[in-house]
Amino acid sequence: MEIQILFAAILFLIGLVGFLVRRNIIFMLLSIEIMLNSAALVFVIAGSHWMQADGQVMFIFILTVSAAEVSVGLALILQMYHHFKTLDADALKKLRDKQEVEKT
Amino acid sequence: MTVIISLIPALPLLSFLIIALFGRLLPKKVVALLGVGSVSLSAIMTIISGIDLLSSPPAVGSYTATLYTWMSSGSFTASIAFMLDPLSLVFCFVITFVGALIHLYSVEFMSEDDGFARFFAYMNLFVGSMLILVLAENLLLLYLGWEGVGLCSYLLIGFWYKEPENGYAAQKAFIVTRIGDTAMILGLFLLFISFGTLDIQDLMQQASMKWVSGSPLAVISSLLLLGGALGKSAQLPLQTWLPDAMAGPSPVSALIHAATMVTAGVYLVTRTHVLFALAPVVMAIIAVIGALTLLIAGFSALAQTDLKRVLAYSTISQIGYMFLAMGIGAWSAGVFHFMIHAFFKALLFLAGGAVIHLLNDEHDIFKMGGLRKKMPVVFITFFIGAASLSALPLITAGFYSKDQILWFGWSSSISSHWLWVAGITGAFLTSIYTFRLVFITFFGEMRTEPHHKAGKLMSIPLVVLAVLSLTGGFIELPQNIGPIHLFSRLFDHVLPVVIAGGEGNSELVFQIISAIVSLGGVYIAYLLFYKKSSLAVRFRNSSMNSFFLSGWKFDRVYDFLFVKPAVWLSEIDKKDFVDLIYTSIAKVTEYFNFLFSKTQNGKLRWYVLFLTIGVAVILTIMISL
Repeated sequence: MEIQILFAAILFLIGLVGFLVRRNIIFMLLSIEIMLNSAALVFVIAGSHWMQADGQVMFIFILTVSAAEVSVGLALILQMYHHFKTLDADALKKLRDKQEVEKT
Repeated sequence: MTVIISLIPALPLLSFLIIALFGRLLPKKVVALLGVGSVSLSAIMTIISGIDLLSSPPAVGSYTATLYTWMSSGSFTASIAFMLDPLSLVFCFVITFVGALIHLYSVEFMSEDDGFARFFAYMNLFVGSMLILVLAENLLLLYLGWEGVGLCSYLLIGFWYKEPENGYAAQKAFIVTRIGDTAMILGLFLLFISFGTLDIQDLMQQASMKWVSGSPLAVISSLLLLGGALGKSAQLPLQTWLPDAMAGPSPVSALIHAATMVTAGVYLVTRTHVLFALAPVVMAIIAVIGALTLLIAGFSALAQTDLKRVLAYSTISQIGYMFLAMGIGAWSAGVFHFMIHAFFKALLFLAGGAVIHLLNDEHDIFKMGGLRKKMPVVFITFFIGAASLSALPLITAGFYSKDQILWFGWSSSISSHWLWVAGITGAFLTSIYTFRLVFITFFGEMRTEPHHKAGKLMSIPLVVLAVLSLTGGFIELPQNIGPIHLFSRLFDHVLPVVIAGGEGNSELVFQIISAIVSLGGVYIAYLLFYKKSSLAVRFRNSSMNSFFLSGWKFDRVYDFLFVKPAVWLSEIDKKDFVDLIYTSIAKVTEYFNFLFSKTQNGKLRWYVLFLTIGVAVILTIMISL
């Protein structure tokens, strides 16, 4: 049991680190998928531990959701490339707060 | 009767509501029909009720239409009630009749303006408020109308709000009249404390019974009411707003700043004449203010180059005559001059507005000239208005109304001969500046070509007003010319008559003097501005000219005396201790905002890192609990 959970945790960490380290938005999306799948994996592990099918049912749900999410994400990436001609996430800083306060 | 009287102010107000709410949806024709129609209907209602009032006068001398109780608190009640007596009838007649003509004129004048519906909404609101003012049975309702017309004046001066100067002019008019209005509301409080009522009839009755002539309370309360009247009627020292108020469209100047609203002060003082009669000092002050105002404004008008500003100073000057008349107890003469002045000054403003309109908004009279042949209707009507304003003898209405004031200025027992001298000098100035305007604008060579002709809707009101400016005087002839006194007969039971002094001077001598003076003024204007005497040019370049042009530098003085100190004081006040607390709270908040806003740097991965750290911390805490 612990070893499987540990496996899922390692998978989640790989995704998280990938998300933080990578600047290419496609790789960031991939990393998100890895994190999502690691979470889904925990459901399957828990389902097999308590001999219940619920975990697998949940997994299929998550799969569906992630499929939808990826399609939206990819569409956004296409638009992003269309507008900014780049896939670098750090290049998109338009939501930065530009407010400067006068020094008192 | 109640219905008809209450319909007089209700119709324009109703039309205001409709235009204000649905004006954008309605086609221009409907808006024009509503705007003109409602005021015309009010005029008809006024005539119906006037005929009724005069043919079968009620026992008390006035009709009262009480609609409902407006407010009631303790012993104080104020009701929405209208009172029609000969005085308010004359004012109603002028407001609705001249108002309807001006509305008709505006249909063509404003036809290409984007704010057509807005214009008519404001104008109708103005007419409604003004009618409430003159019909009000108690001073509180009068004050409501008083503020209503002030608001409309503000809105209409700043009608073309895209030009910032117009907005400033509107604010100036509003703030300067506000000074007077504050005095007036204080006066109302004082009257209420003294008598416990604001009902005009009741108030006047109690005042004449309880206060002796010259008692301090009577003097103070009439002075406070006078303050309101001075502000509204643009008299010294609150006259500075009226020339700037010319920023509004010409029909507005004609209706509000010549014919009706600016004479609200005359109405107020005449309406409460019992109170003023109890304070002879205040009466003397009114007369002196009137005399000074008419001279100062007359001199200022000589130097103006903007057509409408000449007329504005002339309005101030003519209202000065009305105040002079009231100050010497010639109440009906003042009201008579108000009515005649409304005719010819509205005519002058409308004709002048037509000139300005047809020359593509050219205001400078030195860029006009020779327009006599290009716009005959406008020229003839303007000429008639000018003749009436300069009181050319016998044929014009202005002669009869001004002559009456001048005669009483000499003969009234409470007048001084100096007032007559001021009045006759003012008459001389009047005919010079008026015919200066006529000669420069309509004679000589043409400098700007008019782009089209005045249409029917603009010409009809001009002609009607021109006829009135000529014939309006025949209803009240001087004693020695004819036995017709229809106008003063109206006020037999309303206003006291003038008590003549002991001197047995012949009225004829004074009529001849004033006739010579007004014709002499025209001749001098002819020499100076038609023959183009070098004197006129030398005057234009003199420092006296710029002094008059600025209206005796009143604006400068007020700026120095009031505006600058007020700004200085508020600058100091900005840094006081109480403000320091509040500003420091704001500063601290701003500082924290500055700190936190640094974290919002737009970097996605940065956010994720903080999110992860946050989740880790929360999880650690939850597990360790």
